[in-house]
Amino acid sequence: MVLNCKHVWAQISDYIEGDVAPELREAIEEHLAHCRHCAAVLDSTRNILILIADDRTFELPVGYSDRLHARLQEEIGSSEQLE
Amino acid sequence: MISVEWCPDLEVTHDGLTTESQSARPAAAESAAVRDAELIRRILGGKRELFHELVRPYEKAVYYATFSILQNQQDAEDAAQETVLKALKNLHSFRAESKFSTWLISIAVNEARARLRHDRVLKFESVDQSQAEEDGSFTPAVITDWREVPLQALERKELREQLQKAIASLPEIYREVLLLRDVEEFNIAETAAALGVREGVVKTRLLRARLMMQKILAPQLQSKKSGLFGLFRSKAGGSWF
Repeated sequence: MVLNCKHVWAQISDYIEGDVAPELREAIEEHLAHCRHCAAVLDSTRNILILIADDRTFELPVGYSDRLHARLQEEIGSSEQLE
Repeated sequence: MISVEWCPDLEVTHDGLTTESQSARPAAAESAAVRDAELIRRILGGKRELFHELVRPYEKAVYYATFSILQNQQDAEDAAQETVLKALKNLHSFRAESKFSTWLISIAVNEARARLRHDRVLKFESVDQSQAEEDGSFTPAVITDWREVPLQALERKELREQLQKAIASLPEIYREVLLLRDVEEFNIAETAAALGVREGVVKTRLLRARLMMQKILAPQLQSKKSGLFGLFRSKAGGSWF
């Protein structure tokens, strides 16, 4: 199986997921070994995904958890009073 | 990550993928499911205070789900609070065949979408339209090489803002899947269940979302290398670049 660059781009997401058949994976890796552009696309995509998954990238609003549980407690408290 | 219980033991594989050890995630997911089931049983039995404990591991995911749609901190927080209250009110209708976390996030998605409909003209596309959008190919930023941006670079506010802006710029259907799968680390099936779409749709959207992020960010991050280099010479001995 011989792949061109567009074929590889179309599979990059599944490849990152580890969700490609062995034969296709082998063909992708064969292409990557010889195509510095696709290797760079894969590396950059994977690197960016690792960066966005880090807890520092998206922080919750300060006090979010406290306000959430205070609101929840109001609800729990009021319903218990009714019972 | 959703919680320690859900996603422990992250490790980096030989090819640099961040993933879980093969046995850790199923075991952790099972453990979380057992914990949730027990808490739900006790809450429905009258121990309503335990609902705090039930939702705590997922409260971050709830916020990201609402924020991915509403794109405004205050609105997202309001919707997150409403989500939790609705989950409490409707807990008796939760069916154990799905995960509590998936059920909770689907409430969050619906709550945020309902607010969006209420606040402005509905911008969600029909299924047919979204399918049409997802057809066709997408071109990433074609670069010649890539030198890894290490996680320590996230100490820089500038980099965090670049990442946030890139995600914010994605069309909504792509932002949703990216936040649930790649930020909150739901698996494909869980993401599909939370969004109410098929797994194939999630995969297609994820491909587009990831390549869009690469297209936006790769040129920007490459051009910042000299600045990042300065940071890592001081913090990591300059070994990254």
